[in-house]
Amino acid sequence: MSSPEVATPTAEAAPMPVTPAVVESAPKKDKPRSLWTDAWYELRRKPLFVISAIMITIFVLMAAFPSLFSSVDPQAADLNRSLTPPDFGSWFQFGKQGQFGFDLQGKDIYARTIYGARASIVVGLSAVLGNMLLGGTFGILSGYLGGWTDTLLARFGDIFLGLPFVLGALVILSTFAPVQDSPSALRITSLVIMTFIALGWPSFARIMRAAVLSTKQLDYVHAAQALGARPGRVIFRHVLPNAIAPMVVVGTITLGGYIGAEATLSFLGVGLREPVVSWGIMIGDGRNYMETAPYIMAFPAAFLAIAVLSFVMLGDAVRDALDPKLR
Amino acid sequence: MSDIKVKTAPVQGVNGGSASHLLEIENLHVEFRTRDGVAKVINGVSYHVDAGETLAVLGESGSGKSVTAQTIMGILDTPPGFVTGGSIRFRGKDLLTMGKDERRLVRGEGIAMVFQDALSALNPVFTVGFQIAELFRKRRGMSRADGYKRATELLDLVKIPAAKARLRDFPHQFSGGMRQRVMIAMALALDPEVLIADEPTTALDVTVQAQIMDLLAEIRRDRNMGMILITHDLGVVADVADRIAVMYAGRIVEQADVHNLYGKPCHPYTLALLDSLPRLDLKGQELNTIKGLPPNLLRVPSGCAFHPRCQMARDICSTQRPALIELGGVRSSACHFAEELYGRE
Amino acid sequence: MSEVILEVRDLVKHFPIRQGIVFKRTIGQIKAVDGVSLDLHKGETLGIVGESGCGKSTLAKLLMNLEKPTSGEVRYQGRDVLRLNPADQRRLRRNIQLVMQDPYTSLNPRMTVGDIVGEPFEIHPEVAPKGERRRKVQELLDVVGLNPEHINRYPHQFSGGQRQRIGIARALALKPEVIVCDEPVSALDVSIQAQVMNLLDQLQNEFNLSYIFIAHDLSVVRHIADRVGVMYLGKMVEVGTDDDIYIRPTHPYTQALLSAVPVPDPTARQRKAVIRLEGDVPSPANPPSGCRFRTRCWKAQEICATEPPLLQIRPTSGHPSACHFAQERDVVHAG
Repeated sequence: MSSPEVATPTAEAAPMPVTPAVVESAPKKDKPRSLWTDAWYELRRKPLFVISAIMITIFVLMAAFPSLFSSVDPQAADLNRSLTPPDFGSWFQFGKQGQFGFDLQGKDIYARTIYGARASIVVGLSAVLGNMLLGGTFGILSGYLGGWTDTLLARFGDIFLGLPFVLGALVILSTFAPVQDSPSALRITSLVIMTFIALGWPSFARIMRAAVLSTKQLDYVHAAQALGARPGRVIFRHVLPNAIAPMVVVGTITLGGYIGAEATLSFLGVGLREPVVSWGIMIGDGRNYMETAPYIMAFPAAFLAIAVLSFVMLGDAVRDALDPKLR
Repeated sequence: MSDIKVKTAPVQGVNGGSASHLLEIENLHVEFRTRDGVAKVINGVSYHVDAGETLAVLGESGSGKSVTAQTIMGILDTPPGFVTGGSIRFRGKDLLTMGKDERRLVRGEGIAMVFQDALSALNPVFTVGFQIAELFRKRRGMSRADGYKRATELLDLVKIPAAKARLRDFPHQFSGGMRQRVMIAMALALDPEVLIADEPTTALDVTVQAQIMDLLAEIRRDRNMGMILITHDLGVVADVADRIAVMYAGRIVEQADVHNLYGKPCHPYTLALLDSLPRLDLKGQELNTIKGLPPNLLRVPSGCAFHPRCQMARDICSTQRPALIELGGVRSSACHFAEELYGRE
Repeated sequence: MSEVILEVRDLVKHFPIRQGIVFKRTIGQIKAVDGVSLDLHKGETLGIVGESGCGKSTLAKLLMNLEKPTSGEVRYQGRDVLRLNPADQRRLRRNIQLVMQDPYTSLNPRMTVGDIVGEPFEIHPEVAPKGERRRKVQELLDVVGLNPEHINRYPHQFSGGQRQRIGIARALALKPEVIVCDEPVSALDVSIQAQVMNLLDQLQNEFNLSYIFIAHDLSVVRHIADRVGVMYLGKMVEVGTDDDIYIRPTHPYTQALLSAVPVPDPTARQRKAVIRLEGDVPSPANPPSGCRFRTRCWKAQEICATEPPLLQIRPTSGHPSACHFAQERDVVHAG
């Protein structure tokens, strides 16, 4: 997406329901402008989007290249430094340690907080992508085919939807990875992701189904069918591109929710656990030292809160951009 | 009915304005401030309506005809809409400068409105009877039972069969035509003196449209109400209007009584509009068309807004905006060649 | 008259009304189209008029094979469209095209105009080789009066009238013989309406098209149609040439419909016969017995409740009319 000038966005997006003439007019510019490009213009002008996007970029960088932010090994424990308070003097000095202090085992909290981003982003992103794929596919099938497929998928999804999220996750995780076990990082991470997908897909399927149902009623879908288009073409060219927006929005907001949920489960001891570094685990570690060493919990908790908020804000901004009518 | 000067509003606490009209809009300006710039939606519109007459405001989408009505009713969405000038005087008092509470009283009791889409104008979660009775309870302090009694009378008045039984129905249980009648009943509830009907029959079938237009005409006659009929339908206007104001790009381009307007249109836009209409009673060959598109209100053409589409346009039209020229009687036209058009055979 | 290219015989479409969540029971039928027959001749325009709920839009969907009929036949050049194998059906689709009512929903907002108008070629690649498609699309845009250079624009960059032209270009792409126009101008402003109607006229002459022109606006149909069918509650009640219908209508419904149309001429107020129907159209789920119009008809007698009138030429009607008491009556008083 290059950046052609923003001078005249289409009148269509303007909140002017009572004056269709403004919409009627042909635009002056010859730049082809798809609805996605329009959404992008819209987004770039929103402070909410810019701030959350910057925050998220930083978190993603942390997750991908934690060594950019800290040269310290998050697992290196030195009991001599146990429960050392933060050294504010060493802030903004790369290579130093102890900016955020040291935990009980003398591990560097700053380094661990940085490395903790990876678990959150990986779990959140994979769970949401998995949900979109699985829920989206089922949603399209239900919505487009209707009839028995729809009824069966809907009832099947309702079973999962009926389970309260935390309870469901507790049950699944404590069955496959009991609290006393210490599974490998890969195993426990994928288990958590799969739990989220198992419990989350029905909501995604519902959203997709609703969007497909309303999209497939639209005239251009009938027009394609009247031309003799096969179902595959109708779905991928006409239905999906126009029905995917609600799921993208919900996905972004849910991503924030999943990062929080991952921390919750890790805190409870059934989610991620050592050797994975995660904000939830750190918060859990810190809970017994709330009074003597509040910094153990405070820093990861702050990062967690900012990350969740960033994604929720991004979701809001994306929704506004994709659907001006909701404003 | 075209002789409007004779009829003055029924004397009933006329405060202020001496020989004023019942409802008078003067030099109204409204603009929409959008991200893309300022759209001048209404640029100096003046019209008036008196008791017992029907004024039709005719225009295509985007001409500003509905926005004018919304401004009169005080239901303009602000933002993006802002009134930037002019006055709206009802019984001599300016609605635009009046306090919020006072204005709310005028709404419903002085001026009421019927919308195009009755289904979205009625509240779907309450029965029709409740909605009308509530109006009487709130505004007239009636008891619930009395409110329902009046509601029955109103539904009877708008000729809904089995009115009493239908009070318990929800809006979606009525057919399109019946729903429109319910909305007319609600608009009439507080005995307004002016009724604004914004495209009241556009969503309806012709046979039902005829019923509703008959009903509106009958009510206007019986109650000696002033009516502003906002529509794009030249046929409906010819059937019921006394006077007509034709709007284009936020201005009135022609005003005349109904016979003169159709008999001898004095603005090229009106002329072209009438020529482009397929007729039930005439089998024509090619329809005359108006070339081009209605203007974008963000970039209204210079001079006369209609000039890029006008067949008569000359140089002066793109540079100088024609004023509304009086052509004798109640007619006027905003065209540099209005007198030429008026003088033609 | 020229050859018949599209024949419709006793077309019926009933939509089941279902209730229940898992196990759906059918509790009734909406009789949207209930035994409609018509012939479309080459090069003519057949207008279908009726009020909402009369089944005219369902008829369009049936003709386009977007809905499966409950029973009846649609024959194109003598072959039953509904009983063709899928390959033949796709080939046949090329010859019957559709123009829809709402220019705002009939174009996919995420596709460029070039993709929209070119889609027919992608679905039927045998019509135009890949290299030629872009040029063909530009030709089509030119034919319908749009700037061929706007090929990369998106629908929301056009006005309603221009979008309708895009829809027409798409319908023309495969060089069809028949175009079903479902309310093609009813969503447009008056000044734009005339442009689109003239375009349709001009294309008909140029490509020898046959139109089925479905509309609720009788004036529009009067202007464009050679023959007209009037529908009421899923049935055709009167068929004839445009003069038959507009000057010599014999069915009371047609007469009432015509008299309800406002004429843009204030002097017609006195001249016009006013027939006011009472009430609304009954529900198609539960249509009246016998003649469906009888509940709103001022001529109704006992026979109307018991015996459905056939659509046929009668002693009192020179063209087919489905009324026991068909009687000519000029309600328009054309000048």
